Amino acid sequence: MTEAESPLVEASPTRDATLAASDVVLKAVGLTKRFGAVVALRGIDMQLRRGEVLGLVGDNGAGKSTLVKILCGFHPPDTGKIYVEGKEVSFRSVADARSLGIETVYQDLALVPQLTVAQNLFLNRELTLFGKVGWLSAGKMRQLAKDYLEDIKVEIPDIDAEAESLSGGQRQAIAVARATRQNAKILLLDEPLAAMGARESALIVDLVKDLSRNRGVSMIVIDHNYTHLFELCDRLNVIQQGRIALDQQVKDTTVEELTTFMVSEYRRELAAGQQLLEQ
Amino acid sequence: MRQTPAPKGRGSVAYRLVQRAMQQRELTVVLVTLFVIIYFGSVNSAFYTTANIITVCQYLASIAVIAFGEVLILSLGEIDLSAGAVYLSSPWFLYLFWHSGMPIGWAIVASMACCAGVGMINGLITVWLNVSSLIVTLAVNYVLFGFVLIESNDIQVDMPGQTGHFSIIFGVGAWSTTLWAAVMMLAIWALLKRTRFGLHVTATGGNLLAAAESGIRVRRVKVWCFIIISAASGLIGILDAIRIGSINPGSSGLDTVLPGIVAAVVGGTALTGGRGTIVGAALGAIFLGVLEDGFNLIGVNANWFYLAEGVMILVAMVANTQLGIVARRFRR
Ligand SMILES: Nc1ncnc2c1ncn2[C@@H]1O[C@H](COP(=O)(O)OP(=O)(O)OP(=O)(O)O)[C@@H](O)[C@H]1O
Ligand SMILES: [Mg+2]
Repeated sequence: MTEAESPLVEASPTRDATLAASDVVLKAVGLTKRFGAVVALRGIDMQLRRGEVLGLVGDNGAGKSTLVKILCGFHPPDTGKIYVEGKEVSFRSVADARSLGIETVYQDLALVPQLTVAQNLFLNRELTLFGKVGWLSAGKMRQLAKDYLEDIKVEIPDIDAEAESLSGGQRQAIAVARATRQNAKILLLDEPLAAMGARESALIVDLVKDLSRNRGVSMIVIDHNYTHLFELCDRLNVIQQGRIALDQQVKDTTVEELTTFMVSEYRRELAAGQQLLEQ
Repeated sequence: MRQTPAPKGRGSVAYRLVQRAMQQRELTVVLVTLFVIIYFGSVNSAFYTTANIITVCQYLASIAVIAFGEVLILSLGEIDLSAGAVYLSSPWFLYLFWHSGMPIGWAIVASMACCAGVGMINGLITVWLNVSSLIVTLAVNYVLFGFVLIESNDIQVDMPGQTGHFSIIFGVGAWSTTLWAAVMMLAIWALLKRTRFGLHVTATGGNLLAAAESGIRVRRVKVWCFIIISAASGLIGILDAIRIGSINPGSSGLDTVLPGIVAAVVGGTALTGGRGTIVGAALGAIFLGVLEDGFNLIGVNANWFYLAEGVMILVAMVANTQLGIVARRFRR
């Protein structure tokens, strides 16, 4: 039995243990996922603590995005369990995860090119009148969108512009803003800085840091840029071939060490392949 | 940087008016429709008589309603080729219910339900069995046609419900079908442009994955749109049949649905999803209606009719894309 399933653990006598158990806001146990013949995840065990920023590192196709899409309710896992604040959950949809305070920035940004900035910011959580009829409060959403973007100092030339007409970085900023606007408890950020210039990167890094330090938001950040990761994260998990291969506090490691680790795996594979060929 | 002054002339009222106009996707269809109206009006003064206007409106009401439905469907990135067959078979549903002893009012309700059912089948097969809606609705088009042929034995029948106030409201009144079409236009416009559902239609057609990732139930949205177009086509089909007085099982429905799709697309709705305009579709239907009526009025040889219509549609669409290129410079 895992600690999260057992109420006894939470009531355990030592204060440290209590803290540790209740401090885990998100936990995955044995997650697997295949897409046809492709095995994307082979058994992911990981946990995320309150206010912690966890970086996910891995090669292309390692399964990072798949993991995030399972944690946010987009994909159901094939096997394995997810716990949010100690309770086992089973998401039937993205909306289920959202209702528990899990917000996501997808790698593909999930913006609709034909909708305006404001419409994208409020996509599927539109403010409406008359309940079920769903009459849009377009003016109010537009104003709130404008205010929020100004608040976080994201510069978009025109709030009524269609997402299509924005630059790649601007689009990414919109996608990030959409997630951060929601007072989420848990943020899942899949390469949130990939298309951003230096100024915008710094802006988003500051925003994200502020959310974790001052609001206690927990996050998982995927990024291929180690400098960003070391700046942002408290802890790093390396995913290799659908498994967590390394779990390391950032303060206990360096960019060089991580690079060596990532490359050495590749070297090992290369060597193994060579051996196979020679036999 | 932001304070760069606007180039001279760009701030003028005239420029801003042009800019406003150019930003409307419906601009081309407004222009070509105005053009054909003015042209036919100047060639034959009978064009502007009330009787002729009623004829045009009665002709285009069904095209318009099917076009409104197609705007929803095209906005989703799907297509519905069965709407014409639904339009033609719904009066047969009505006739069969009525023939079996149902009061006419209930027969209308029951046949509308059948049409909605057809739409639901279109939608469910499309989204759950992952078959292209083009093929699904084409197949359903033929199924409905076959059903009508079998049930009617290929014999024309008189429509029930042709007397009294009832008939005036449901089709027989000179403006009845036009008013019904106008009401449906308002309803579908509001649905698409002013409600959450409509926004989700645009999102689903604009970027299916993004819509799904945002938690929009894209399949449900699609099925509902197929239900709406079928119900709307079925209703206008019943009204037209009551207006005309008889129904005959002669055509497969493609000749009815294609003008609806043309009206929608000429009006500025994208075939690729994410962009739909109901106002444009109404104008597109007027364009086609005026074209048909105008050629009749000026007595174009029947052999030339389709050729002329085809050329005009091409002209309208080419104008659409060309103007679109110019208009992009004026868009923000
Ligand atoms: N919807 C899908 N259908 C089929 N296969 C998929 C799907 N999504 C992911 N995969 C496969 O699963 C594996 C993991 O993909 P994933 O997107 O999780 O990788 P990633 O670690 O995010 O890579 P990257 O760094 O390139 O973003 C890949 O082999 C990919 O081809
Ligand atoms: Mg990825």
